[in-house]
Amino acid sequence: MTFQSILFGKNIDKLRTNPPEAPPFFADLNLDQIVDAITEGKQEYNLKPFFYVTLKDIDSIIYRHEIMKDLENSILLKAIESFSQKMHLVRQNLSNIKEIYYIKQKQRWLLDTVYIYCEAVTCLQTDLSGIDIKSKGLLSFIQYLTKYVESNSFISICSETKNLKDALSNIKYTIYIKNGSFTVSKYDSEIDYNTDVEKTFANFKHKSGKSYRINFYNSTNMNHIEAKILDFVSQLYPELFYDLVDYCARYNNFIDKTIAEFDREIQFFVAYLEYTERFKEMGLTFCYPHISNTCKDIYASEAFDLSLANKLISTNSSVVCNDFYLKDEERIFVVSGPNQGGKTTFARTFGQMHYLASLGCPVPGRAAKLFLFDRLFTHFEREENIKTLRGKLQDELARIHDILNIATPNSIIIMNEIFTSTTLKDAVVLSKRIIEKIIEIDLLCVWVTFIDELASLGNQVVSMVSTIVPENPSKRTYKIIRKPADGLSYAMSIAEKYRVTYLHIKDRMRL
Amino acid sequence: MKVRLMYKDLDFDIKQSLPSNEQVLLNDLELATLFDAMAANDNFLYEVAKISILSSIKNDIDTICYRQDILKDSIRNDFIIIQIYNIAVEAIEKAKKNYWSFSSRYPSTILNGSIAVLQIFMTSLKELKHLADDYAERFESEGFKTFFSMIQREMSAEYFASVHNHLKNLKFRSGVLISAELGEGNKGTHYVLRKQKTTKQGWIRRLFSRKSAGYTYRIHPRDESGAKALSELRNRGINLVADALAQSVDHIHRFFDLLRTELAFYIGCLNLYGQLVQMGAPVCFPLPAAACRRIHSARGLYDACLALTMRQRIVGNDVNADNKNLVIITGANQGGKSTFLRSIGLSQLMMQAGMFVAAESFSSNLCNGLFTHFKREEDAAMESGKLDEELGRMSDILDKITSSSVLLFNESFAATNEREGSEIARQIVCALSEERVKIFFVTHLYEFAHSFEDTKMGNVIFLRAERKDDGARTFRLTEGKPLQTSYGEDLYNEIFLGRR
Repeated sequence: MTFQSILFGKNIDKLRTNPPEAPPFFADLNLDQIVDAITEGKQEYNLKPFFYVTLKDIDSIIYRHEIMKDLENSILLKAIESFSQKMHLVRQNLSNIKEIYYIKQKQRWLLDTVYIYCEAVTCLQTDLSGIDIKSKGLLSFIQYLTKYVESNSFISICSETKNLKDALSNIKYTIYIKNGSFTVSKYDSEIDYNTDVEKTFANFKHKSGKSYRINFYNSTNMNHIEAKILDFVSQLYPELFYDLVDYCARYNNFIDKTIAEFDREIQFFVAYLEYTERFKEMGLTFCYPHISNTCKDIYASEAFDLSLANKLISTNSSVVCNDFYLKDEERIFVVSGPNQGGKTTFARTFGQMHYLASLGCPVPGRAAKLFLFDRLFTHFEREENIKTLRGKLQDELARIHDILNIATPNSIIIMNEIFTSTTLKDAVVLSKRIIEKIIEIDLLCVWVTFIDELASLGNQVVSMVSTIVPENPSKRTYKIIRKPADGLSYAMSIAEKYRVTYLHIKDRMRL
Repeated sequence: MKVRLMYKDLDFDIKQSLPSNEQVLLNDLELATLFDAMAANDNFLYEVAKISILSSIKNDIDTICYRQDILKDSIRNDFIIIQIYNIAVEAIEKAKKNYWSFSSRYPSTILNGSIAVLQIFMTSLKELKHLADDYAERFESEGFKTFFSMIQREMSAEYFASVHNHLKNLKFRSGVLISAELGEGNKGTHYVLRKQKTTKQGWIRRLFSRKSAGYTYRIHPRDESGAKALSELRNRGINLVADALAQSVDHIHRFFDLLRTELAFYIGCLNLYGQLVQMGAPVCFPLPAAACRRIHSARGLYDACLALTMRQRIVGNDVNADNKNLVIITGANQGGKSTFLRSIGLSQLMMQAGMFVAAESFSSNLCNGLFTHFKREEDAAMESGKLDEELGRMSDILDKITSSSVLLFNESFAATNEREGSEIARQIVCALSEERVKIFFVTHLYEFAHSFEDTKMGNVIFLRAERKDDGARTFRLTEGKPLQTSYGEDLYNEIFLGRR
C-alpha cells in the first residue's frame, strides 16, 4: 500500500478537497472554544477543517487511535516536533527571501534554508526508524520517507549544501572602527579583549547577576553599511562567492509534496495531544473510548467539560469530574437539580465526548464506551432573538420538530432548558410529548430541565441530579449523580466546620 | 565580596517573605513601638528592624550566637560601626546620579556610566580599607573578623591600580577593533572585541599598515543612517565589556547595599540599647536552647514595649517553666497578664533575632513558629459571628503550626458561654500540648483552667496575677492555681467607687 495521508486511511481526496464549515452545534457544546484552544498557535497549518469532519466508520477511528497512541511516546512526539519546527522555519525563510534586497544575502538565505530542509528530513527518517511504531499510518509513512531519503537526488543536494555552508561559516574577518570610517580585513589572531577585562572585574561579578548585555534587534535585512562590509568580505574571498551564485541557479524548488502534506496533517494529532497535556498535569485523565455503532450501552468515568476545565485551570481552580452510564433499554438522561450546579456542563461533557470520539481522539475521562452517531443535534435556549413569548415557543417547537424529523435511531440529541418561556403546565405537557417521541425513535438523549416529572417517565429515562454541599446549601459540588430528584438538609457544629476539635487537630498535626 | 554580618554564610534578604501572621503579631505584641525605638525616625532602619525580627523564627542557634557576638562588638565599638554605615550610605547616594545610564539601550552609555560609578565606588572601598587597617584589631567576633580580613585581602593597592588602568583604557580613545563571522543570510555575527596589536606606534601607523590588507570606507558626513549603523556596530563590539563593568557596578552596589542593610540591624539594636540603658532597665544576652527541648526560664522579664511607652523601668516577672509546655495564667484583671504574654512573645522574637532581651536573665528553646490568638475587642458588636471568627482564626493557625511552635492565647473562646468555651479551649489545648506545642494561655475560663489541674500532667504550670490582701495589684505573676473568681469586682470598686 502506498502512503496517502496520515489523517485518513481511505476516502482521502473527498475530505481534503472540501474544507467544511463548523457544524451547527459547535457553539452550544463549546466545541468552538475547544477547537480554538487546540489549534491556538498552529494557525499556519489550518487545522480547523480537520475538526469539522467526523469519521463514519470504526476502522477510520482506529486508524487515528493507533497513530495517537504511537505519538504518546514522548520520543516520537519530540522527533515530530523537531521536524515541524524545522519545516516551519523553511516556510518562513522562503517567504522572507522574497523581501530581501541585497542579492548576496538572498543567496545565502536559500542555501541555509535548503540546509534546514535536508536536516529536517534526514533527522526525521533517522529518528523514526529508531522508534517502535505500531500504527499502520505511520509505518506506511516511514516506508515512503526512507525511499525518498535514499534517493540520489536527495543525497547530492545534501552534500553540496553542507560543503558550501561550512566554507562560508569558516570565514572570519575584522572591522576596525575609528571616528567615521571602517576597515575590513582578514582576521589576524588578535586576542579577545573581553576576557581580559572580565578577568580583572571577576572579583566583582555575581553569579546570578542581572545582565546588561543589550539584545540588538537583528533585522533580516542589511543596512548599507553591512552590505558594504559584506562586499568587502566577498572581495577578500572571491572564489567562494562565485560558487554560491552557481548553487542558487540550480536549486530552486526543493520541497517534496507528500512530506509537506504530512507535516501539516500530523499536527492534528500533535495539537490535540499538546492540548490534553495541560489537563493531565492537573491530574485529569484522557482515554481511548470503546466505540460502537450498534450497541447503545455507554459509560464514562471521571469525565469533564474540556472548555470549562480549560478556564478553571487558568485560574488554578479544581475541576469536578462526573460519571455516567446507560445500559439495557436506558437511553435518556434527564438532568435536574439546583441551578449553577453543573447541569449544562454535564450536557456539554456528554456531547463533547461523543463528538471528540467521532474524530478519533482520546476523550476526557478515565474510561469510556461511546456511541458512533450518525448525526448530533443540540437545542440550547437562545438568549438572543427574543421576539414575543409566543414567537419564542413557536420557534422552539418548530426547531425540535425539524430535529425529530431527521433524527434516526443512531442520532444523539442534547437539549438544555427548553420551554422556559411558557407556563409550567404547558412546559410539562409539551416536554412529555416530546420525550415520548424521543423514546419512540430510540435515540440517545441528554435533557437538562427544571421539570422534575420528566425524570420518572419510564425505563428509558435515567434521572441525574446536581448536588450541593451538605453543610452549606449555597455551595455547589458540581457533581451530577444518578438519583431521584430531591432536596437535602444539613447540620454541623461550628467547631466541626473549622476542624478545630480535638480529633481534627490531632489529625491536622499529623500532616 | 561578602558582608555576612547577619548569617555566617548567607546574605540577609530584605525582600524575604515574613510569616503569614506578620500583621497579627505586629498588633498583638505591639511591635511597632519596638521598631520605632530601633529606627529613631529612620524609615530604612525601621524596615530592617521589622524584617529581621519578624523573620527571626527561621534562625538556628549558631546564627543567634553569631549575631550576639557581632552585637557585643558593636556595642563596644559603636563609633566605628557608625562610620562604616555612613560610608555605605554615602557610596549609594553618590552613585545614584548615574543610574539612568544603566537602563540605556546603548552599550556605550552603559559603559561610560559604569566607569563613572566604579570610580566613586573605588573611593569608598579605599576608605573602608583604611578603617579596616586602623581598627580591625579591636574586633573579637567571628563576623567582623572575617569581614575586615576580606576587605584587607581583596582590596590591595595593586588591585586598585589595575582597576584604575582598565577604567582608563575602556574609554577607547584609539578606536575599536572587532572580529566577525558570516552568520544567517551572510550578515555579520559573533562580534568579538579584540585587542589591537600595535599599541606602541599609535593608531595612525596601524591604520596605514592595515590598509594594504583590507578595504576601507569613509562614511559621508551627511550619511546619517550610515553613521548610526556604524555606531551600532561599535556598540555590538563593546557590548560584553559594558556588561562586565555594569555587572561589577551591580555587584559592588549590592555589597554596599548589603553592608548598609546588615549594619542597619545593629544600628537599630544600638539605638534600642541606648534607650533601655538610659532608663536603667536591665538587658541581657539570652541563652538559646535547641528547638527539641522545652526550656523557658527568666528573671525580671518585662515588656520592653511597655517600658518604652512609659519611658521608665517596669516590674519584671520571674518564670521557671523548664520542661513544661503549657502555662496557664489566671487571676486579677489588669494584673499584668497581657503584658506578661507580650513579654513572652517579644523576648522570644528578640532572642531569635540575635538581640539582647528585656530581662535580667533569659533562656528558652527555639521555636519555628510564633502565633498569637488574642481576643478581638472590635468584634464585640456582632456576637453571633464572634465564635465563628475566633475559631476561623484558630483554624488558620492550625494550618501553619508545628510541634516546635509557641502559641499565645489571650482570653480566647470567651465569645460563648463558659461551659462551651471551656470545652472548645480544652480540646484545642489538649491536642496541641500533647503534640508538644508550647502554649501560654491567659484565661478567665475557670472550668477550662481547672480541668488541667486534675489531669496531673507534668507539663503544666499555673501562674496567677497577684493580689495583696487589701485588693491592690502588684502587676507580678506568681505560681498559683486558678481561683474561681476573678478580680473584676476590684476593678468595679476602683472605677465606680474610687476604692483602691
